[in-house]
Amino acid sequence: MNKYWKSKEEKQTETRVPGSQANRDKEDSSLEMLFSDSIISSGATRRDFLKLFGFSIASAAIAASCEQPVRKAIPYLIKPEEITPGKANYYASSYYDGNDYCSVLVKVRDGRPIKIEGNKLSSVTGGGTNARVQASVLSLYDESRYKSPTINGEIVSWEEADKEIINRLNIISDSGKEIILLSNTVISPSTKAAIDLFLKKYQTAKHIQYDAISASGILEANKATFSKEVVPSYFFDNAEIIVSFGADFLGTWLSPVEFTKQYAQTRSLTEGQKRISKHIQFETNLSLTGSNADERIPIKPSEEKTILANLYNNIAPAFGAKTFKSPECNYNTEVITRELIRHHAKALVISGSNDVQVQIIVNAINELLGSYGSTIDLDNPLQHKKGNDTDMHNFIESLENGNIGGVIFYGTNPVYDYPKSEIIEENLKNCDLLVSVSTEKNETSEACIINCPDSHYLESWNDFEIKPGKYSLCQPAIRSIFNTRQAQDSLLKWSGEKKEYIDFIKANWQKNIYPESRASDFFTFWNNSLHDGIFELKSINKSVVTSVPVNILESAFNFFEKSSDNIEIVLYEKMSIGSGKNANNPWLQEMPDPVTTAVWDNYICISPRQAKEKNLKTGDLAIINNRITIPVLIQPGQAYGTIAVALGYGRKSSGKVAEGVGQNIVSFYQMRNGVRFAYDTISSLEKAGTGYQIAKTQLHHSMEGRAIIREATIEEYLKNNNAGNEIHKEIEKHHRSLYKEHEFSGHHWGMTIDLNKCTGCSACVVACMSENNIPVVGKNEVLRAHEMHWIRIDRYYKGNEENPQTVRQPVMCQHCDDAPCENVCPVAATNHSNEGINQMAYNRCIGTRYCNNNCPYKVRRFNWFDYTKADAIENNTVDPAGMTLDLKRMVLNPDVTVRAKGVIEKCSFCVQRIQEKKLTAKLENRQLNDGDIETACQQACPAEAIVFGDMNDPESKVSKHLKDPRNYHLLEELHTLPSVGYLTRISNRKKET
Amino acid sequence: MYVSPVRELLIKGDKNYKKVTNDITKPIVNKPGKLWFLGVSVTSLAAIIGLFAMFITVRDGIGMWGVNKTVGWGWSITNLVWWIGIGHAGTFISAILLLFRQKWRTSINRSAEAMTIFAVMCAGIFPLIHMGRLPLGYFILPYPSTRQLWVNFNSPLLWDVFAISTYFLVSLLFWYMGLLPDIATLRDNVKNKILKPVYKFLSFGWTGSVRHWSRHESMSLILAGLAAPLVLSVHSIVSFDFATSIIPGWHTTIFPPYFVSGAIFSGFAMVLTLMIVARKTMNLTEYITVGHIESMNKIIITTGSIVGIAYITELFMAWYSGVIYERFTFYNRALGPYAWAYWIMMTCNVISPQLLWIRKLRRSILFTFILSIFINIGMWFERFVIVVTSLHRDYLPSSWQMYKPTLTEIAIFAGSLGIFFTLFLLFIRFFPVIAIAEVKSILKSSGEKQVNITQNLLENE
Repeated sequence: MNKYWKSKEEKQTETRVPGSQANRDKEDSSLEMLFSDSIISSGATRRDFLKLFGFSIASAAIAASCEQPVRKAIPYLIKPEEITPGKANYYASSYYDGNDYCSVLVKVRDGRPIKIEGNKLSSVTGGGTNARVQASVLSLYDESRYKSPTINGEIVSWEEADKEIINRLNIISDSGKEIILLSNTVISPSTKAAIDLFLKKYQTAKHIQYDAISASGILEANKATFSKEVVPSYFFDNAEIIVSFGADFLGTWLSPVEFTKQYAQTRSLTEGQKRISKHIQFETNLSLTGSNADERIPIKPSEEKTILANLYNNIAPAFGAKTFKSPECNYNTEVITRELIRHHAKALVISGSNDVQVQIIVNAINELLGSYGSTIDLDNPLQHKKGNDTDMHNFIESLENGNIGGVIFYGTNPVYDYPKSEIIEENLKNCDLLVSVSTEKNETSEACIINCPDSHYLESWNDFEIKPGKYSLCQPAIRSIFNTRQAQDSLLKWSGEKKEYIDFIKANWQKNIYPESRASDFFTFWNNSLHDGIFELKSINKSVVTSVPVNILESAFNFFEKSSDNIEIVLYEKMSIGSGKNANNPWLQEMPDPVTTAVWDNYICISPRQAKEKNLKTGDLAIINNRITIPVLIQPGQAYGTIAVALGYGRKSSGKVAEGVGQNIVSFYQMRNGVRFAYDTISSLEKAGTGYQIAKTQLHHSMEGRAIIREATIEEYLKNNNAGNEIHKEIEKHHRSLYKEHEFSGHHWGMTIDLNKCTGCSACVVACMSENNIPVVGKNEVLRAHEMHWIRIDRYYKGNEENPQTVRQPVMCQHCDDAPCENVCPVAATNHSNEGINQMAYNRCIGTRYCNNNCPYKVRRFNWFDYTKADAIENNTVDPAGMTLDLKRMVLNPDVTVRAKGVIEKCSFCVQRIQEKKLTAKLENRQLNDGDIETACQQACPAEAIVFGDMNDPESKVSKHLKDPRNYHLLEELHTLPSVGYLTRISNRKKET
Repeated sequence: MYVSPVRELLIKGDKNYKKVTNDITKPIVNKPGKLWFLGVSVTSLAAIIGLFAMFITVRDGIGMWGVNKTVGWGWSITNLVWWIGIGHAGTFISAILLLFRQKWRTSINRSAEAMTIFAVMCAGIFPLIHMGRLPLGYFILPYPSTRQLWVNFNSPLLWDVFAISTYFLVSLLFWYMGLLPDIATLRDNVKNKILKPVYKFLSFGWTGSVRHWSRHESMSLILAGLAAPLVLSVHSIVSFDFATSIIPGWHTTIFPPYFVSGAIFSGFAMVLTLMIVARKTMNLTEYITVGHIESMNKIIITTGSIVGIAYITELFMAWYSGVIYERFTFYNRALGPYAWAYWIMMTCNVISPQLLWIRKLRRSILFTFILSIFINIGMWFERFVIVVTSLHRDYLPSSWQMYKPTLTEIAIFAGSLGIFFTLFLLFIRFFPVIAIAEVKSILKSSGEKQVNITQNLLENE
């Protein structure tokens, strides 16, 4: 194009060579020049305008739209020596809440305890855990815990609180009134020493041990029969026959973790064993233990004594012992008698009753059978459950009489869990000093004047001696989150002791325990013990006992309850909630009861026949004794003429989670001379309404004749080791595919679950929630079948509705090598790893739920709502249990993605654990060993029913199990080629005809 | 052109080209009546409620629906399949019947095609809205990604994406092709100052020249050739969602033909529902005659019988296969907790169309109208039965669950109906509901007056 020029000057400037240095300078001087003064004077060009315009629009847009919440990650200023970011530290510790004891390892990431694992070094719990232990880490982050000491609700400093307490203690002590320290059974030697100091300091002070779930009957009976007021140790592993009367020893009775471990050993057939124990259970409500029994006989609780008396009378002649008069019982005990006598010295009879007379008869039977020294050990007793009901009863009487000037509640909550709670609550007002030393908020602490919050066990030092010579230590895994102080420090302060509790423990150990060790010096001894979490002495020989004195036994036979047609109520403990102490733990509330599969509620369990007679159905409301209205749940296996209701619900002050959940039933305890009996006769049970919804995770209870859980009797198994599993071979023969099969050249992960060992205790369910950041969705969501558990315990009934056989099966993602879910995902968000893991790429998932539909095992879980606050849209969180609070989010495992709304999730075989161990092996330049990798469910399992490993390694345990003739795959006829195998359930019952 | 005297005449009354144009463009040229406004208000209100329910779903999550851990798809996929099915009649009529030279299709093909497009639009809502993460729904498209992510071509859901979008595109093109001469007619007839330029633009400069007509005709044939296999493929592919799965009740080889005939069955029912109302309210009884209705009824009885046979074959195969899961699923359908849905389906889809063997009923407009509604309901329940009853009790009884829709789900379904009818009402207001040019093309051979004249001439000779 021609260019015209108006003047010479213009022509000269125009002819500057494009791209020359000067020109380029001008072009390149980007945005800075826009703001220089020169531009104003020189007058903006069109290009400048566009630049400025573009810049301001862009910056306005950035400033306006990209408002992201600022999340700070602050690095350590000085890095603690033992902390490597991204690497977990494990600290050995011990869990004891007054009811359950467990030696544990605490997994700590970046200073936060995030997971509890069993400590394999302990000879008592042996690496097992239960659901409550697994869930205890979440209680640490309970937002309803007391955050500092208070007096009359006012926040005070520890000095002020101490001053006030010491002052009042002195006044009361001087006035001669009693000071009561009401605690759970204390099994800590150092705490005992601290309590002794306190008792010494205040002359009128008394220590009373009170257990919410009492074993008073056993204590009293052993005192009467053998002059030893103890709860003995039991050895189920030595028993060839176990007869239990209402003792839920696999679920809740005394030391279930230990017992499950022992019991599973007697049910194991994987290590070449050829026999399993026989387990007979007499009980009222279908318990976890009863549902695992070979034979289960539903009885009314009042019949228990009669049956035991008859049993005794049948056994006695065989051993030349005296028989006593007893009423006839409805149940023929002859077969059991024969079995017991045949297996004598390898037999075990137990009862969960709190009736001392019942326990005396049990002792007498065991003594005749020679169980002492083989299946029962009185000399190395369990140290917890020392609480004597009479002591508690006397305490309440003194309280009523006004003899008590002050009460210190240490970890106990009688205002909630003692039957006469209203009497306690009322009379407490007359005391001058009411101190609550409690980790969690509860009804008793609310009734107290002064609150001295105890630190959580993960913030505390302590030591325990669960059995004589079986010591364990508890060490803090985090500094106290709130302004709490552990109870022992408080006691030492009030006793005038200057030492910190940790020094006190050390001194105590140096003085009393260290001399028993062979360590060279105390420092080494202490560090080793702390590292291991335990220090165990060899047990002294198991005792042989003298026979039960005749007069004692005779007195036990002097009273029998008359059988009546009245309905009897049984108060039982749920696996999850127990006495209610841990009720504010969302993981436990959401854990499906292994029997009823219900969550977030307690209810009346009623037998189908009784329900029909009373015109009740599941979801109706019924009123007991015109006093308490509770929903009804028809429970097959519940003894006719009885109902059962779980304890631990109906909390009034416990924090948001448990308040308003269920009904408190403790007022139905039967009191006989101050002893609490967990059953009573009720005068009326009437329908009071309909339409209540109980949230159950499983609605259908029959296997519909499908080969889902395969089982056989031991007789059949001994004849044919694939008994009940014949079809497996048949199906394996058809194994062929048109498509090329996956090749796994490296590892090929697999898992087996021994259905004979699994009791259904659900420790794995909670462990999985803890490990994998599984959201808690609350009752309403469970009602809509929106629960999120990655592992579930399927439970089926078989046979007679009034007393069905129960079978259970843990089901998680089966990691099929021919996975139906994988090929239907349109975006390939779920796919197969080269190690055989069916993996989920959450980021890629768009949530069509096609995989979920096409999964025959229905193990995939969808994030229906924003349960985790991980969603991009704000204010749409559904979080009834407060799991998205900053405090509770501290429990999240940083190795596992928190899933957002709208994506599918499922079991990953704990891929983060696999990865971690693989890296460790690589760093150590070695091959992975079998057993290096433990999934969370496997780690938690007290029965060691779950085995995980490399199927490509023919020597691995999992490979061996998979070759066991008992092994089969769930729905294997579909040719999904699961990586999870199940070992058939072999029971010790007669073959059905 | 010779027309057999036994063949029923397709256009009644004294018609010439001018009259045809006037009759059909009347609702567009004139102001709409009160009834039309009332209709649009109701349907658009439903649409707005539905859109709001969709917004709630995206904001709060799929948890707003009644679907659960066992039944992952509920009303959403039921509705998807139902709408896609309805969207089958239009293309079937215009493509397949065009290729078979069925003249009676000229009076109904336009509205049927419009219905197809709107139904496919409604269908398209559901696979989108049922995604847990709709904003990331574009992941389903095979676009070049820097992260080298690719879609899974094994998944029937992906096939759906292609099948449905292709079908929609071809149907739309076909419909618009057919509309061109009519839009030009409107351009010439409409006086409205706003609408006229719009029609002018939309007519793409159609002049009615021989060259235009020639291209139009050949293009129509090409598109018909393209669309005809699509009619068969789209619902086959939708049926693959179920057929390729492992769930008893879904995993069935009979599904593709069964779904296609079911789709045509339901599509024709919907066309009948709409046309019976439209011909009355828009004074088109002379163009859409009882003869047309009878022809459509004949297709309904054919496809309905195929569907019936398919149901019975399924039952037989469930028994014959000997697979306990399969047997149980069908037992559960017929006698389980959702038996009511199954028997509604059976009554509406298998028994009621058999009444059409009676000529009197086949030619009864009232009966046809009621029947068409029945079939629409029955076909919806068919999809519900397939989707829900198969899932709710599958392999492991421990996971068996019930499914109940929530208000949100119901509102979305109502909203889809609202959207459909709103679009249809707008369509009859702005476009000729009968293909003017095509009707004119058969006027000589099938118009009452013209045929009579011819016959008189013949007789006079």
